[in-house]
Amino acid sequence: MTPQSLELTGIGKGFGQTEVLRGIDLTVRPGEFLSLVGMSGCGKSTLLRIIAGLETPDRGTVSIGGADVTGADPSDRNLAMVFQSYALYPHMSVRENIATPLRMRRLSGWARLPLVGRMIAGRAALDDIDAAVEAAAGVLEIGALLERRPAELSGGQRQRVALARALVRDPAAFLMDEPLSNLDAKLRAHMRAELSALHRRLGATFVYVTHDQIEAMTMSDRIALMIEGRIEQLGTPDDLYRAPATLRVARFIGQPSINLLPVEIGPAGRLSLFGLEIGLAAALSGGAETTGPATLGLRPEDLHLRADGLPAKVLRVETHGADRYVSCVLPRAPELALTLRQSATDPLGADADGVLRLGFVAGRAHLFGADGQRRTLHVLERVAA
Amino acid sequence: MARLRHYLPHLVLALGAAAMLLPFYWMVLTSIRSPSEIFDVSLWPVPKTFSGGENYAQAASSVPMARFMLNGLIVCGGILAVQVLTSVPAAYALAKLRFPGRRIMLALVIAALCVPVQALALPLFVGLARAQLLNTYFAMMAPFFLSVFAIFLFHQSFRSYPDEIIEAARMDGFSEMEICWRLVLRGSLPSLAAFAVFSVVAHWNDLYWPMIVINKTELAPPPLGMLFFSDAETGANYGALMAGATIITAPIVLCFLLARRHFIAGITMTGVK
Repeated sequence: MTPQSLELTGIGKGFGQTEVLRGIDLTVRPGEFLSLVGMSGCGKSTLLRIIAGLETPDRGTVSIGGADVTGADPSDRNLAMVFQSYALYPHMSVRENIATPLRMRRLSGWARLPLVGRMIAGRAALDDIDAAVEAAAGVLEIGALLERRPAELSGGQRQRVALARALVRDPAAFLMDEPLSNLDAKLRAHMRAELSALHRRLGATFVYVTHDQIEAMTMSDRIALMIEGRIEQLGTPDDLYRAPATLRVARFIGQPSINLLPVEIGPAGRLSLFGLEIGLAAALSGGAETTGPATLGLRPEDLHLRADGLPAKVLRVETHGADRYVSCVLPRAPELALTLRQSATDPLGADADGVLRLGFVAGRAHLFGADGQRRTLHVLERVAA
Repeated sequence: MARLRHYLPHLVLALGAAAMLLPFYWMVLTSIRSPSEIFDVSLWPVPKTFSGGENYAQAASSVPMARFMLNGLIVCGGILAVQVLTSVPAAYALAKLRFPGRRIMLALVIAALCVPVQALALPLFVGLARAQLLNTYFAMMAPFFLSVFAIFLFHQSFRSYPDEIIEAARMDGFSEMEICWRLVLRGSLPSLAAFAVFSVVAHWNDLYWPMIVINKTELAPPPLGMLFFSDAETGANYGALMAGATIITAPIVLCFLLARRHFIAGITMTGVK
């Protein structure tokens, strides 16, 4: 099946008093790997279940490849879903598990009955299914496990069986609900690479739900970051990291988190930090609230040592192999913790009292207005940092 | 002291088991004793004169014992089959589907557990009599076709079935009935075995309801048959009576032992996660 697009328009959903989704518009392109990312409770799983047809939206429409499927049964949408718990049928062998989606689609109700079904189904149909199962098992390298029961498999093996069961039906799109969260860290990293490879190999549309930004950043073509039932930003992983549209996106994406400093937008948009101009200016768009308090965001890797920079006292140093994360506080504002990322081979650069002097890469700073929206920054002529 | 602590629970349990088993032991013992020995209080297992042959022969020949057993089989089998057919979908709907009024329905099921069958006996009897259905197998089975106990038991067991498997099945194209019977019930076989034992034992041993709706010997299930047997001229022959009781108890004990093996298999199966 050629990969299909998915379009969601104006999706709204509430459970009782709580609004879980507040108007979601989203188009997933054919063959795209799109991640829905957000904290638990942001509505990402509900949105996936609405696409799957397991929940009905209160408002809005879902279409697959241009056809409206809003009211259609899950089985009529030709989507495959991989669940967090893998949801394998416990009493069936791996072979039967993988064959089930095909048996349900290709065989009549009578032919699916135990024992007598074999006689009704016909040799050719059953052989086709067997061949498809073998092929799917081959792709995921689980050919040797076909006669086992799910209870006899490790977590990683169950994961592969769940993926094989999804891809055997050759669906319009794959939906994945936190499929890696039950695996240990090492296996998770391995499966990330395998999922990416599988996506490239199949060229299919993937919608992937996760709360883990690393999974989203490493595998996705695009990420939809969801906060409180809305899509806060939709873009490539680079977009979200390098140009977060709002303060909330900036806070969510990036590990360690972005450093946020309170700044003041003065006349002509000049920014000042603790009363000192820092060589940056906000673009003045002519709106009402163009000056006043704002937030400056600096990624840990965009901070560096600078002889005439701001003094900061080192609190803690964490070395992660090649990198080193230095947490420090500004004596001017002790409640603000900053994280600086250094190469572990560089000297720490602190003096005898444990004080560093920090500067930042002006061109990579992010400015957010009091409303949390991103604002354009200009780098001025060099002024003291 | 430690040894005592180790064996004490076994001792207590053994005493309890002995108390439970004593009537059965006495029944079997009486069934092989001669009439002169019947009122002996001794529990010595070897009788002075072995009369088992005569007692069992008399029990088997003076009443149609095979017919009673067949009746019991038909009644218990029919009740169990319809109970499972009705209670499994009901329990599945209550446990796993969302629909308005679900909580109230569940509360009604639990409330219905509190109604004893005796309270309904009169209206049921009148209804069956009006419908000309007295002295039929149907009259013996019908009041038990809907078992709220079964609904409750299956509901408790189905509730723990993982929702994600049900959702995966919906996406794969299973109908709700297929999900209910082929997946969810399949995952609750130990409950089914447990319920089957409860149901079969209860209705095999039931004397009350058959006595109300049946007065023909050829329709009597085993306990009612025994009553006819003791009414007959053999009434005072306790040896033969106990032989008959042993014969009708044996299938239930066998049935329980078979299901017990199934219980253990079921429990170890679900234990492996």
